[in-house]
Amino acid sequence: MPNKTFFWFFLPTGLAMILFIGLPIISTGIQSFYAQHDQVVKEVKKCDPFGCTVSIVVDQEKTSKIREEKPLGKFNGFGTYVDRNHLAIEEIGNFWNETNSFGEFVDQVTNLPFYKALIFTLTYCLFVTPNVLLLGFIIALSLNAVTRRIRGPLIFGTILPMIVTPLVGSLVLFWMIDAEGIIGANLQMLMDDPYLSLKSSKTLTWITIIIYGIWHHSPFAFVVFYAALQTVPQEPVEAAIIDGASRWQRVRHIVLPHIYPVVTFVALISLMDNFRVFEPIIGFSAEGSAQSLSWLIYDNLVNEEVILFGSAAATSMMTIVGIAILLAPVLIRTWKEFRTAR
Amino acid sequence: MEYGLDKRSNALKIFNTTFIIVWLLVACFPFIWTFWGSFKVRADFFSRADWWYAITAFNTLLETGGKFTTDAYSQAWTEGEFWKASRNTVIVTFFVVTISLFLGTLGAYALSRSTRNYAFWILIAALIFRAMPHITLVSGYLFPFFQLQIWGILPTTIIVLVAINQPFTLWLLYSFFKTVPKELDESALIDGCSYFQAFRHIIMPVMWPGVITAGLFSLMLAYNDFTVTALLLNQENHTMVPKIQSYLGTNQHEGNLMWAVSAVVSATAPLFMLVMFFQRQVISGLTAGAVKG
Repeated sequence: MPNKTFFWFFLPTGLAMILFIGLPIISTGIQSFYAQHDQVVKEVKKCDPFGCTVSIVVDQEKTSKIREEKPLGKFNGFGTYVDRNHLAIEEIGNFWNETNSFGEFVDQVTNLPFYKALIFTLTYCLFVTPNVLLLGFIIALSLNAVTRRIRGPLIFGTILPMIVTPLVGSLVLFWMIDAEGIIGANLQMLMDDPYLSLKSSKTLTWITIIIYGIWHHSPFAFVVFYAALQTVPQEPVEAAIIDGASRWQRVRHIVLPHIYPVVTFVALISLMDNFRVFEPIIGFSAEGSAQSLSWLIYDNLVNEEVILFGSAAATSMMTIVGIAILLAPVLIRTWKEFRTAR
Repeated sequence: MEYGLDKRSNALKIFNTTFIIVWLLVACFPFIWTFWGSFKVRADFFSRADWWYAITAFNTLLETGGKFTTDAYSQAWTEGEFWKASRNTVIVTFFVVTISLFLGTLGAYALSRSTRNYAFWILIAALIFRAMPHITLVSGYLFPFFQLQIWGILPTTIIVLVAINQPFTLWLLYSFFKTVPKELDESALIDGCSYFQAFRHIIMPVMWPGVITAGLFSLMLAYNDFTVTALLLNQENHTMVPKIQSYLGTNQHEGNLMWAVSAVVSATAPLFMLVMFFQRQVISGLTAGAVKG
């Protein structure tokens, strides 16, 4: 296709992506270097029959004027990146000097908002992704062994958790697991502990969200693996059966190598999606004990007094760096393949 | 795997059947339970005393005189203004699907028929864009949108959702266009068609399965979106999912939690129907990128 024709065909979608994905990333980058204005204060002398007191109050007029003149805020450089709510360089230095043991130091650091969120996000990715691959593969294998006639409805039932939005999916589970729901109430009875509830324990909350993640993402892995299983050639499998290979050996040495490229694809997509975990935290009302990077940004953006653009943007930029690190191996491999293909 | 050679032992068959039944229960029971509970009063569905109430409908019987009640639905749809939210969802979904299919088919066709290097790099860039968490993009939008005073209205959200959706649509349609033989449009070009005419009259008629699949995924994205709609729309223009969240925010109020339950059911039911109807397309879309390339 000639370049000119390509240009006109691609212009609308290219423009949409540049305007609403490319530019916002740049805009986020710029915003992250600014912080909201401090409030302008003035001294007010208040006199009553008992004498005069000087109090400091916010000068609303001047504050709003400054905000109107420079809506982006004041230039802050990398200030937002290193403050207490983000990388917290200074605080970490202090902890290092003040704490006695390494464990105590780690404890202190993981209590800082950014590191807390980072650790939750990574834990979530680390537990959900492999389990999603495993469960999806097992479901695909077992559904593949079912009579073809009843597979349709079974597949429909299997993909339900995936097609609902994460907020709805987590709410539906939350209403069952909560202390007043069917599972939660029964657990309380079984454990004989009337105070057992999701919100009371950080570990329980984390486990619940991770289980939710596996429940929500496994159907995707299932669908892809199931389709890949249909393309496994029959001859080697039959040869293996004649040679006396066990079922496990067949899966291990014929099926798995055949669908290996698909496994990496699913792992990559699922890792990308898990890294942005956010809605389940709202669905499970788990803000207290589990915060993710995306949730931190959301929290800054819905701040009631003044939207913390700078803070949200800084967290966003660091999230993007995280995504880049996750994607790097794939991109490098693609680049190498591209080079050799030429 | 139905080979005559392959004899499955009974133990394996039993294990397999049990596993599938257990998994289906795990996957579907939460939805069935919520659907069932949405016709009860709050004291039954969220019962501290005895969860068995949810089945016997003890309090529902006391409060409404029947075993099932549709109070939650009627209140959420009228008082809770869920009708407005669903109207907004319909508007947003319709325009997002139409516009993203229009932009996506044009772009993906060009990508699939170009042999240049830049086509490859555009696809890689789209992959990177696909990986961006939506909330990071939203944090980039808010400030400029406030300044331009286009925050809170439906058209802004529609175009943002279209753009966010483009990378995936491009990849999906690209893999579909690749399966349409090049000879088809080349012969049309030789006969004197322009590229656009070949695209419009020769390629699009055979592309319907791909277009339907891409449309379904755009629809699911627009319908299910929470991040963008919750932060870019004002209260008045909220779509269903942020509306459901707003019912949760005030859950001290007796009625509201049941509003959320009935709203969840109302929002999920059309989606399930749609997927039931188009199951084949959904599955072919999910696997298009993986199996073919």
